[in-house]
Formats: sequence, C-alpha cells, structure tokens
Amino acid sequence: MAQIFRPSANSVAKLSLICFAIGVPTVWLAIAGLSRSPANTKQDVPLNQPVPFSHQHHTWELGIDCRYCHTSVEKSSYAGLPSTETCMSCHSQIWTNSPMLEPVRQSYETNTPIQWNLVNKVPQFVYFNHSIHIARGLNCNICHGPVNEMQITWKGNSFQMAWCLQCHRAPERYLTENITRPGQSPREQVFNLYWELQKKGVKGLTIKQRDEARGEFTGSDDAEDLAKGRELVKKYGIKVQQLADCGVCHH
Amino acid sequence: MNLKTKSAILGFGVLALAGCNTDMWRQPKQEPLDASEFYADGAANRPLVPNTIPRGYARQDDAYYVGAENGKWLDGLPAGIKVNLALLQRGRERYNIYCTPCHGQLGDGQGMIAHRGFTLKRPVGNYHTDRLMKMPAGHFYEVITNGYGAMFSYASRIEPQDRWAIVAYIRALQLSQSASPSDLKPEELQSLSAKNETHDRLAQK
Repeated sequence: MAQIFRPSANSVAKLSLICFAIGVPTVWLAIAGLSRSPANTKQDVPLNQPVPFSHQHHTWELGIDCRYCHTSVEKSSYAGLPSTETCMSCHSQIWTNSPMLEPVRQSYETNTPIQWNLVNKVPQFVYFNHSIHIARGLNCNICHGPVNEMQITWKGNSFQMAWCLQCHRAPERYLTENITRPGQSPREQVFNLYWELQKKGVKGLTIKQRDEARGEFTGSDDAEDLAKGRELVKKYGIKVQQLADCGVCHH
Repeated sequence: MNLKTKSAILGFGVLALAGCNTDMWRQPKQEPLDASEFYADGAANRPLVPNTIPRGYARQDDAYYVGAENGKWLDGLPAGIKVNLALLQRGRERYNIYCTPCHGQLGDGQGMIAHRGFTLKRPVGNYHTDRLMKMPAGHFYEVITNGYGAMFSYASRIEPQDRWAIVAYIRALQLSQSASPSDLKPEELQSLSAKNETHDRLAQK
C-alpha cells in the first residue's frame, strides 16, 4: 500500500497548527478592533449636515450659551434641537442672504422641519437621560468632546457600553465641583466652564478644566480629586453599587 | 463530512449571524424629533390640534400668563411671584442664557449679536433709556412672550415662571445702572471696587 502522506506533510501539519493558533486570535482581534474603531462607532468623524452649522462660531466666538438652543437639556431626557424659529431669532436679521442658510429660510417659510443628520445616538434599548447627568454636574464636553471647537459637529466619544461603564462603575473619578458663586447647585456649575472659557481663554483654566474643555477628561486618579469625588457621591446620594446594573440604562 | 456535521456548522453560522440583528437598535417607535414617513410634514413631533389646550395649560390667570390685566400692563409682579434672592438669581441665569446675546450682560443693548448686525435694521432695546425705565413690568413679560419688533417670541423657550424671574432681574439691572456710589455701604463699596469694573466707572463719576 502506497503512503498517503509524503514526508513534507509533517511540516504542513505543524504549520497549519501554528497558522490556526495565530489566525484565530488575529481574526478575532481584527473584528474586535474594527467594531471599536471610528469606522464603526463614527467617533471623531464630522457628519455632513443640510446647513454647515458651526458650534465653534456660535458658542466660542459669539459666546451663546448651550441652553439657548438646547433648551430642554436641564429638565428632560432629550437635550432638544433648536427649532427653525430659534435659528431665525437671529438669522431673520443676520446673514439674511447667505446661501448656506437657504434651507433654514426654506424651512421657516414652508413650515417644514430641517432634517439634520443624527450625530449622537445610542441604540433604542438604551434609555439615556440628559437631565440627570447635568444635575450631577457633568458638563457637556465630558461626553460630547470639544464641542466648542467643532466647525462641523462630530461624535466626541464612541458611546459604546464599555465607555459608559467607565463612569458608571467609578463615578468618583468623574464628579467635580466648579463653583464660581456661592450656593451654586451642580446643575448651575456645569455651565461655569463655558463662561470661564469665554472670560479667561483656554490658558486661564486649571489643567483639569482645560482637559474638560478639550473633551480629553477621562476621569481623575489624583488622590485629592478622588476624595472629593467620593464626598460628592455621598452628597448626591448616588448608589454606586446599583449604578452599573443593567436596568439603570436598559429599563 | 456527513450531513449531521454540515447542518451543525450551518446551524451555528446562522446563530452567530443572529448577533448582527439590529431590530432592537431601531425599534418601530418614534422618539422626540424623529423623522416620520407617515405625516405629511415629515416630523414625528405633532403640533397641537387647533383650538385645543393641553392638560395643565388652561392659563386663565391673565396677570400671570399675559402680563396684563383689564387691558393694562401689570405694574410690578403678579401675586404668585415672590421677589427674593433665589428669584433674582434664577432671573440672572435665564437672562444670561436667552437675553445677553442681544441685550448684553448690562441690558444696554450691546450684546454680541447686536454687534454682529442686529442694529443694522433696528437698534436692540436698551433697558436704561427713559422709555424703558418707566415701562411697567408687564411690558417686559409681554415682549418675552410675544416678541417685539425684530425680536422673536421666547414663549417656547422660557417658562412663564422664568419670564417673571427675568423681568425681576431686568429691574435689578436698571437699578444697578442708575445707582450712585452713595447707595452702597462703605464696606460694599470696597469689596465691589476690587472686583467690579462697572462699579469703578460709576465711582469715578
């Protein structure tokens, strides 16, 4: 009976074992990496809009408060997008002939809403609520990135569950106080950052505030900050043991 | 490979693919500001049915919700509003959000947007003119509610309670800008002059 395998089959068998050992984790890692990359999460990818609205111009250069347009951010789960009426509050007088604003005028005249492209979204089985995060003193940029520097808005963070859990598992790393007037509630402190940014510029801020303003704040491990954070967790009555439970976000 | 193995592999494959199912990501429900293919205007948010009032919005107290009573603007604040520090602080916060872009932090009509072109057609209101100093409080409430001249209505952005808080704060602004140094106690004068440029200007007069 003739041999089924030639001597070289030994090498092929060894090689295929090695390929299998390397290949499977490689494919697995590639898929994991891809699902976390901006190609999938759309993080840091500016999204085209019917009107090229610049947050940088409106908030940073003109100093308009976030809440002028996002009126319901403090009291509702939705931050709220400005209605065409809000745009026209100023643009009925300013840049009235600008071709960029044609969709806004069109919308106002025909009473049909502008269809913006959604930049920040979570799956519909996630019940995110803006107002509670504001009420605990977390400012916009911690989640949304450096909005005040965005010419065209992009998604500041991946909004994947692992990202949410960084804070939900250790809120003391993220909670801070930014009091500029006595007796300010955490909700009021949120917007101090933007006023201070207006008054002092980026260079006038503390290092932590600067990180926050640039959307680079990913929690503090400084002993003093942590102690303060723990104190705030207690003060606000945050139940840390339950904060990472499924039902908190997935009702 | 026999049939059993083949069907087992196929079965696992189908199960694995089920992980890519995103039915739950976009559910057949509408969230605020969603687009809709069903309604003619393309929006899921529905406007009020004409001639209806939402529950809890039967606003019959004219003094509070219109700012006028028997055809006359209310002089002072309505009965339901108590003037205290909290009201003024709330008023300052809301004023700084919604009014400063045009009217400026001092209420002198020199806000950033005023400088960007609003004045080209019609100057932005300055609360420190004679006309507005004498204006009853109800006027300011009514202007916030219904707009005035080139100014749009802010009724959809500012709640009635907050509108009154803003009116109270406008009064405080008017007082502050026509105050003289002698209105202050000496220690207040000292602490202010260290911080407040506006006060420095007054003190020099």
